[in-house]
Amino acid sequence: MAIEILMPALSPTMEKGNLTKWVKKEGDAVKSGDVLAEIETDKATMEVEAVDEGILGRILVPEGTQDVAVNTPIATIVAEGEDAGAAPAPAAKAAESAPPAAPSPAAAAAPAVPSTPAPSAVASPPVVSAPPDPEVPAGTEMVTMTVREALRDAMAEEMRRDGDVFVMGEEVAEYQGAYKITQGLLQEFGARRVIDTPITEHGFAGVGVGAAMAGLKPIVEFMTFNFAMQAIDQIINSAAKTLYMSGGQVHCSIVFRGPNGAAARVAAQHSQDYSAWYSQIPGLKVIAPYTAADAKGLLKAAIRDHNPVIFLENEILYGHSFEVPKLDDFVLPIGKARIARPGKDVTLVSFSIGMTYALKAAEELAKQGIEAEVIDLRTLRPMDVPAIVESVKKTGRCVTVEEGWPQSGIGAEIAAQLMDKAFDYLDAPVLRVTGKDVPMPYAANLEKLALPSVAEVIAAVHAVTYR
Amino acid sequence: MATKKPSARAAAAEPAILSFTPDQDLAAYREMLLIRRFEEKAGQMYGMGLIGGFCHLYIGQEAVVVGMQMAMKEGDQVITGYRDHGHMLSTGMDAKGVMAELTGRRGGLSKGKGGSMHMFSIEKQFFGGHGIVGAQVSLGTGLGFANRYRENGAVSVTYFGDGAANQGQVYESFNMAELWKLPVVYVIENNKYAMGTAVTRASAQTDFSKRGASFNIPGEQVDGMDVRAVKAAGARALAFAREGNGPYILEMQTYRYRGHSMSDPAKYRSKEEVQKMRTEHDPIEQVRVRLLEAHKVGEDQLKAIDAEIREIVNAAADFASHEPEPDPAELYTDVLR
Repeated sequence: MAIEILMPALSPTMEKGNLTKWVKKEGDAVKSGDVLAEIETDKATMEVEAVDEGILGRILVPEGTQDVAVNTPIATIVAEGEDAGAAPAPAAKAAESAPPAAPSPAAAAAPAVPSTPAPSAVASPPVVSAPPDPEVPAGTEMVTMTVREALRDAMAEEMRRDGDVFVMGEEVAEYQGAYKITQGLLQEFGARRVIDTPITEHGFAGVGVGAAMAGLKPIVEFMTFNFAMQAIDQIINSAAKTLYMSGGQVHCSIVFRGPNGAAARVAAQHSQDYSAWYSQIPGLKVIAPYTAADAKGLLKAAIRDHNPVIFLENEILYGHSFEVPKLDDFVLPIGKARIARPGKDVTLVSFSIGMTYALKAAEELAKQGIEAEVIDLRTLRPMDVPAIVESVKKTGRCVTVEEGWPQSGIGAEIAAQLMDKAFDYLDAPVLRVTGKDVPMPYAANLEKLALPSVAEVIAAVHAVTYR
Repeated sequence: MATKKPSARAAAAEPAILSFTPDQDLAAYREMLLIRRFEEKAGQMYGMGLIGGFCHLYIGQEAVVVGMQMAMKEGDQVITGYRDHGHMLSTGMDAKGVMAELTGRRGGLSKGKGGSMHMFSIEKQFFGGHGIVGAQVSLGTGLGFANRYRENGAVSVTYFGDGAANQGQVYESFNMAELWKLPVVYVIENNKYAMGTAVTRASAQTDFSKRGASFNIPGEQVDGMDVRAVKAAGARALAFAREGNGPYILEMQTYRYRGHSMSDPAKYRSKEEVQKMRTEHDPIEQVRVRLLEAHKVGEDQLKAIDAEIREIVNAAADFASHEPEPDPAELYTDVLR
């Protein structure tokens, strides 16, 4: 039985083409791989190769024909000895599945069997809801420790708990960490699990992701997230997207951590806040803690998580001390904001070092009789939008505080979320206090101007409370 | 561990060709023919609009993955770039699942969410299927890292092309692999063209077996059109890596008959060049001639294999054409675990 040769689509966008030349004639023997004809697309002239073997039966579209729609039968191939005019086989292999009247590749790609669920079953994003913080039993001893110590303890505890957890990065082992976050880990866990890498962010991020694909649980330290720009392809294209692209088969349990944002007087290339960048990516979780307790509880959670987690620390906060509950296994939920200070007049939303401005401003504002509710996001993705909405329902006003740039920033996202979910509760526009829209300057006075300030937060609150 | 490290030159001088038994040649013939016929069918289905986007065919390069697979052991991992259909079929991944992924259907190996360039199989230790040129080299080095961490005796076979060989992260990975003595065999599939750019126009050093020289990684050039040479070299490289000596580079000199992707008319090379490779060096034809002439295998037996392969490929095409598209509810699944 004859097999139809169809006008092929030869690019992702081709819908029709010109049949410029027949290389084979009716009656010619053809075998798989032989060039049958030439076709001109909008981009190039391409050859049509035979897939089936036999004799070229009838040419249905003569050469020189313009605008031949994709999937139009252009010739038939018949078996040796068969009548060249034989009717095409009704079951011309996969060809039958392409609807005969469908000229465009898009239409042809529609499923052959109408068993696809009706489009009324429109998928909607899952609603994420994180559990509340675990109860800290009354009478639990509180220990004062720095963020630095809390981070180290979190890693050490998780490495004791799970032999698949290891830490790699520049200067993490023998040097004890460029910022001393990995202090003592080499001594306790040895060089197999605490690994100094060459200065090669792109490469070692990829090695970490590959190890995670094989089932290990790497903690990849970047000396700063500024250097992780070298590695961002592996973080996003390899770590964040693989679970989806593999249909759920291959996951990456990996933590990328290190200081993010401005330190002090290190200028533009070492002072960028990547919060908004990573928080945009589906497939990542993004954490940016402020307190030592949150740093510890959330880093432990991040290491246990089955997904790639971006853990954004802050160099200036490393030396800040906070109370941390002394518990054997203090793990906090990812995706849950914390009300750092209750209030009723305005909602301040911040995270990481932004909290220092927000909390100081709230203190000043209280003296003026304005009670600000301060929300520490802690996790940027998934963002605890319900917590912000709940607070704004009470206060009717919102100011966001971050060191990152204004355009498409975390504050911009919060403003958009509130427009969508709390518009009727707002008594004033949402205002953003952010880093200025410039590369970070080096000069001390300019650097100060480029960063947010307590005064700016207070001014924004005055504006939204009409005082 | 004391290591005997052949220099690139010494390794290349070793006898490359070891003869195959009739059974080995039959197995190689069957595996290579499956890839060839599968790819031809994929090209046809692309032409019919059943496969969308990019589609990079492996036709001409079949001996590389088949020969390597014959040298590998259970547990060894495979990772490659986007010209990945042959690698998947050679690891034993189901032709139906691969083809249904090409058509973006729910029975595809990635449930229709990955497409031609992004498929995985934990069961077959195949780690993709990566669309970013060179990314798989760092990832494959990471697989080798995991093997060493676990001391499981497995080797990561990391494939990439002559184009990817110029990416920076390749050399970052070479450095760490040698520094930490990771069990990785880097297989550089030199098919002479990085998309439309000939090797000589893109590479200062066109002997890719030397690309690890400054990291002390041994390498050799292999006739990638001869499945026996590939298997022999693969066995040497795998043994070297498995014994704890660190990584090894194999430059497979091969050729792709088709364009870079389906939409590439391949005007950057002459028809004569392609025809010469097809008639004089075709990896499948070499085995076919050997089977008929040296091994005295009957035409009938080869015809039976041809028919069996066509049956597999047609069944895969049929499945991939009739399988429904993914349920819309799948849009939001597998983002996080």
